[in-house]
Amino acid sequence: MLKKIIFQFLALSLIFTYSAQSAESGGMPQLNPEFWISQIFWLVLTFGLLFIILSKFILPKISNNLETRKSQILENIETADKQREETEKKVKEFDKIINDTKVEAKNFFNSERQKVLDDINNKRLSLEKDIEKEIIKAEEEIDQFKKTSQEKITKIAIETSSDLVKKLIGEDINKSSLSAIVEDLSKKEMEKHNGI
Amino acid sequence: MAANPMYQFNVYRIGPEIKINNIDISFTNASLFMIISSLAILIIFNLGTKRSIIPNKIQLLAELSYSFISKMISDTAGSKAKPYFSFIFSLFMFVLFCNMFGMIPYSFTVTSHIIVTFVLAAFIFIGVTIIGFIKHGLGYLKLFVPSGVPMVLLPLIVVIEIISYLSRPISLSVRLFANMMAGHTMMKVFGGFVVSLGIVGGWLPLGFSVALTGLEILVAFLQAYVFAILTCIYLNDALNLHH
Repeated sequence: MLKKIIFQFLALSLIFTYSAQSAESGGMPQLNPEFWISQIFWLVLTFGLLFIILSKFILPKISNNLETRKSQILENIETADKQREETEKKVKEFDKIINDTKVEAKNFFNSERQKVLDDINNKRLSLEKDIEKEIIKAEEEIDQFKKTSQEKITKIAIETSSDLVKKLIGEDINKSSLSAIVEDLSKKEMEKHNGI
Repeated sequence: MAANPMYQFNVYRIGPEIKINNIDISFTNASLFMIISSLAILIIFNLGTKRSIIPNKIQLLAELSYSFISKMISDTAGSKAKPYFSFIFSLFMFVLFCNMFGMIPYSFTVTSHIIVTFVLAAFIFIGVTIIGFIKHGLGYLKLFVPSGVPMVLLPLIVVIEIISYLSRPISLSVRLFANMMAGHTMMKVFGGFVVSLGIVGGWLPLGFSVALTGLEILVAFLQAYVFAILTCIYLNDALNLHH
């Protein structure tokens, strides 16, 4: 095929030679067929070698590189997606755990507070009861004491006054009249005391 | 007098004359720049094959151009064109690197020679035609008969289609060759103006020259792209017969 072209050009070149040689002075070195065959030979050689080396060794490598990069990028995107999903899940779990613990803590706190409050209430109630009892007892004691003390006082007053009268006058006085007097006096005194 | 602007396209022998059966296949400056371009491609893309998940700069360059061309092929020729990926990749890179190395001052632009671009285009043309006949058999000839054309116009249309199909290698090769040659000639001419006008008047052509260099780098990329995408379109015609 190429030989055909070469021979065609050989034939063509014969035709061109005259015109080219006449044009040589004007200068179109492209139409000078002297080195046509040489140019064709070297073109076929260099371009052929270039084509063979590129197509056999270099281009497959480049396309391979592009393919592996593409697939690797796709893989990476896939794993990234997976990992993102996982992290989202984990975050959700984490949130859930935190919420649960919050609720639990609140519940625990509430129940404990309730317990403490109940305890305090109970203790206060029992204490109040005790105190009331004590107060009542004390009041009773005081009342009794009041009563007994008055009687004792009147008794002591009667005795002392009778003793005094005996020492002053030297004779016994009727105890009943004396006691009436003392009672009267102490009553007045008490009224005075209580009247304020 | 400024140097001849066409002088830069001269091909000359480097080293001894090599002859096989009276056919001259000597090593020339064109061969040198073909080898330099190919080696540059191989070195850069070989450095770009390191297996690292996060690419370094060269690897990124290699992978970006890989996906750029693979997208270009799948956009224009569909998924059926995948087996031809490495050919179109090599083609694009070869043309691009030859164009770009041609932008270095005092270097040689391989693609500014019609014979080089024509051989590439002819190879593509013949290859695409063979692929078309293998895939569709004689049905591939339906390519010349567009559907929905009135019967009266059909003979004319078929002739036009055949001519346009046969002119594909010429248009493909001349487009690249003419673009590269015209651009380099123009830069040379403006460079010659800078020298001949000297320090007084040389500034304007110098500015033009700088602007043209930017434009030429763009053209160098664009023509490589156009060359590759037209190959894809021709391949698309052969693989997916639409008509």
